[in-house]
Amino acid sequence: MSLPFIIIAVVTLFAAAAAMILRNLVHCALSLVVALAGLAALYLTLGAQFVGFAQILVYVGAVAILIVFAVLLTRSDATPNQTILAPGWAIGIVISAVVFATLGWAALNSTGLPKGTPPAPVATVKNIGDVLMTQYVLPLEVIGLLLTAALIGAVIIAMKEESPNSGSSRRQSAPSEKLERTDPALRDCYDAKEGGRV
Amino acid sequence: MTPLQGCLLVSALLFAIGLAGAVTRRNAILALIGIELMLNAANLNFIAFWRYGAHPEALSGMMVVIFSIAIAAAEAAVGLALIIAIYRHYKTTNLDQINSMKG
Amino acid sequence: MTWIAQNLWLIPVLPLAASGVIAVNKQRQHKLAATLAIGSMVLAFLLSLCAFSATLIHHGESGVFREVAGFNWLQFGGQWLQLGWVLDPLTAIMLVMVSFVSLLIFIFSVGYMAHDENFTRFFCFMSLFAAAMLGVVIANNLLLFFVCWEIVGLTSYLLIGFWYHKPSAAAAAKKAFITTRIGDLGLLLGMVWLYAETGTLNFYADGHGCLESSALTAMVTHMTAAGMAVSTAIGLLIFLGAVGKSGQLPLHVWLPDAMEGPTPVSALIHAATMVAAGVFLVARVYPLMSAHPEGAAAETAALQVVTWVGALTAIFAASVAVAQTDIKRILAYSTVSQLGYMMLGLGVGGVAVGMFHLITHAFFKALLFLGSGSVIHGCHEEQDVRKMGGLKKFMPVTFATYAIGMLALAGFPLFFSGFWSKDEILHAAHGWPVSHIPFFLGCAGALLTAFYMTRQVALVFFGEYRSSGRQSAHSSSKTDKHEKSAPTHVGGYDGKGEPHESPAVMIVPLVILAVFAILLGFVGTPAWPWFDGFLNGEPAGFNFSKLTESGTLGLMLASAGFVFTGLGLGWWLYGKRQRKTAEEPDVLQVAQPAVFRLLENKYFVDEIYDATGVRFNAWAAQACDFLDRWIWGGVVMLVTWVTLGLSSLYRFTDEFVVDLGFDTGCETLREGGGEMSRWQNGRVQTYLRVIGVALVVLVLFLIWGRKT
Repeated sequence: MSLPFIIIAVVTLFAAAAAMILRNLVHCALSLVVALAGLAALYLTLGAQFVGFAQILVYVGAVAILIVFAVLLTRSDATPNQTILAPGWAIGIVISAVVFATLGWAALNSTGLPKGTPPAPVATVKNIGDVLMTQYVLPLEVIGLLLTAALIGAVIIAMKEESPNSGSSRRQSAPSEKLERTDPALRDCYDAKEGGRV
Repeated sequence: MTPLQGCLLVSALLFAIGLAGAVTRRNAILALIGIELMLNAANLNFIAFWRYGAHPEALSGMMVVIFSIAIAAAEAAVGLALIIAIYRHYKTTNLDQINSMKG
Repeated sequence: MTWIAQNLWLIPVLPLAASGVIAVNKQRQHKLAATLAIGSMVLAFLLSLCAFSATLIHHGESGVFREVAGFNWLQFGGQWLQLGWVLDPLTAIMLVMVSFVSLLIFIFSVGYMAHDENFTRFFCFMSLFAAAMLGVVIANNLLLFFVCWEIVGLTSYLLIGFWYHKPSAAAAAKKAFITTRIGDLGLLLGMVWLYAETGTLNFYADGHGCLESSALTAMVTHMTAAGMAVSTAIGLLIFLGAVGKSGQLPLHVWLPDAMEGPTPVSALIHAATMVAAGVFLVARVYPLMSAHPEGAAAETAALQVVTWVGALTAIFAASVAVAQTDIKRILAYSTVSQLGYMMLGLGVGGVAVGMFHLITHAFFKALLFLGSGSVIHGCHEEQDVRKMGGLKKFMPVTFATYAIGMLALAGFPLFFSGFWSKDEILHAAHGWPVSHIPFFLGCAGALLTAFYMTRQVALVFFGEYRSSGRQSAHSSSKTDKHEKSAPTHVGGYDGKGEPHESPAVMIVPLVILAVFAILLGFVGTPAWPWFDGFLNGEPAGFNFSKLTESGTLGLMLASAGFVFTGLGLGWWLYGKRQRKTAEEPDVLQVAQPAVFRLLENKYFVDEIYDATGVRFNAWAAQACDFLDRWIWGGVVMLVTWVTLGLSSLYRFTDEFVVDLGFDTGCETLREGGGEMSRWQNGRVQTYLRVIGVALVVLVLFLIWGRKT
């Protein structure tokens, strides 16, 4: 347990807690960015540089921006002093606590965990690329497919809904045009023109 | 306490925080953020087990995390799109007002 | 086979068709209805004349002329049920009589019923009746006979109850129908038995009919219970039908009540034709009645019964007629009495004697009834003879014809048909070997007949008119019953003024009938017994000397004496000393109150029937009701209760034993489902919580599994 790890972990946890607690959604998103960055730092301390950078690229770069956009797009003018907690929040807290207790107790009391600290493994980008293109090529392709599907799906879901009566209203406009042609005022006007010509 | 256990504890705590947020907050975006946190807690576990496990050179833990990050990105995109769609439909992002997800 | 014998069926079918056409036409078409009915009767009469002339042409050739025709109707197993008709002198003479009298009465009805709103219905029924009666006459088959016989009964019911809005008419119709049914039951049984014995219901069929020698021999020799030949038993059963229809003694009660119908109905049905159908039936099955091991004889057991019933009916009804006050009731009892004479004649003298009286009686009784109808019509629906009187000067033609009918009925010597026919009956009764009592009864009946007819004519036509202007208010309770005439058919005007003569359409038939009432007698005098010979297939010689034979002459003188005694008594009691008012008691009532009361109440036969038959019937019905309600009903109720109890037990078991477990299980499942469904409340966060709990459980499970 090195000191940097502890410091980074504490910061990360505080940031995560802040992201969950703060009232303002934008603040939450920013706290999330901090937490995610902390996690990336934790990855670095654990020797997983590639994952750490990927974390920063994907999460801090893309997901956080997405969330900020979502916050902006869904900004509602609900009363500001409305409670931020859902009904039955206490049960949720209790459940979360129980979950943490269970997991923590399992982590602390597990006998099968490796005890020692092995030498830091070599995880260069070249190695990772080799493994991805050989051993994990099929999951890579599947992930690519999934991302494509998610991209298209997200676009379709978030696309502006076409209102069901817009088409029919366009169709209904046709008879009204016909009516206009037989409008008595128009006809009078036409007759006047005719009369004028005569 | 070994470093591995430390990592696991941090991960568990992060997971619990994420779960608590997702369960208690009314806002759908906050629930999504909580879920992201829980996912990252899992990622942290993978990395920790990769680092302190028996065969770090196999890179399996790291691979899973990489795929997980990719899936999380997709999940975030679809989730947020859903939230926007829901918002358009219900004019709200409060989860306690969205209760049509039942038979 | 002559053409007319082949097509004899046309005679009843014509009025039948007329009846059907009238029935489907509108009710207001009076002229059409009358035209159809009368037209069809004219055609039927002409055809009947053809048939009659055919029998006349063939008369005198070897035995009785007889031609039969028929067709197969229904198949029962291997046997065909045949219907058919027969043309013989008996049929021919009846055809002419029925169609001719019917025709005249139809014409009379046009006038009599002119103002009735149900004019068309009347003619529909009358045509139907005529069709059925003609069918009875031509039938060569007991089944066809029975069918037509029953239609006759039905139309009789319909016509007696023609003014069904009068309760008395409805009751009379019912009474007539039910009473005749009693007799018809006997006829039906006899018919079935006859079929069982001979295998055929055809009367004549070239030696195979049930009235021909082979079948008769078999039936005579075959004995049944009490030493009675089968032929006798069947004959008596069939005679029971005739008793019902012809109003003979035990079952005569319906006939006087039947006078509730319109007068033409009384004339046609209850004087001339329908009641004669019973006599005709006996005449038709006479070979069966007279069947005897040593050839036909007039003293078989069946014929003895016929004789006695006829004789008793004759004297009984004649005595009742003496004390009646309703003009139509007097004639009704007279009819019953004369039908008794016919039966007597059949019993003692054979077919010709009875039938001769039937034919003559048909004419003069129709005449009398139509005359009474004319009187009633002229007196504004008054039927009580005590309120009439002096009609001679108001209705001369009616009086003349009525007097002719009365003299014929009374048997005024030499010039009237009734004398000859009745004399023949008395003559035959005198020669009956079994007993002389029927002869004496017949003589007494003749005296009474003359007496009551004189009384009636004296009361109606002589003296002063007694009821002008005060008849409706002061009706005595006795006459009230018979006086509720139909209000709708008062002839021409509603006033209660002087009696008036009837229109020509009613008078002409009277005159025609009067002519026949005189002339018909001369075809059956002892000097020229043409009628007898015609029916028996023997040529009749003209022999005046027979008139002066000692027995015949003596009898004629004796019967003439009885008749004159009766006429004289009647005139002395009623004609000379005319009653002054309608309420004055009868002369006989003053002299012999007890006897008069007995006669006036018709020997209390109706009351006896009420006290015995009807009461027994009611008692039996009550007993049956009791049995039904308490015994059989009790058993049924017991079964019901047992069933109910068992089913309650089953229900209890089902509900509280079988279903209970099942219901509890279902309820638990349902509640569990309800509880579970509360978890699925559509909120994402609830689901998420559950997932969290599940995670904990999973982790614990894994740890647990690892440890053990």
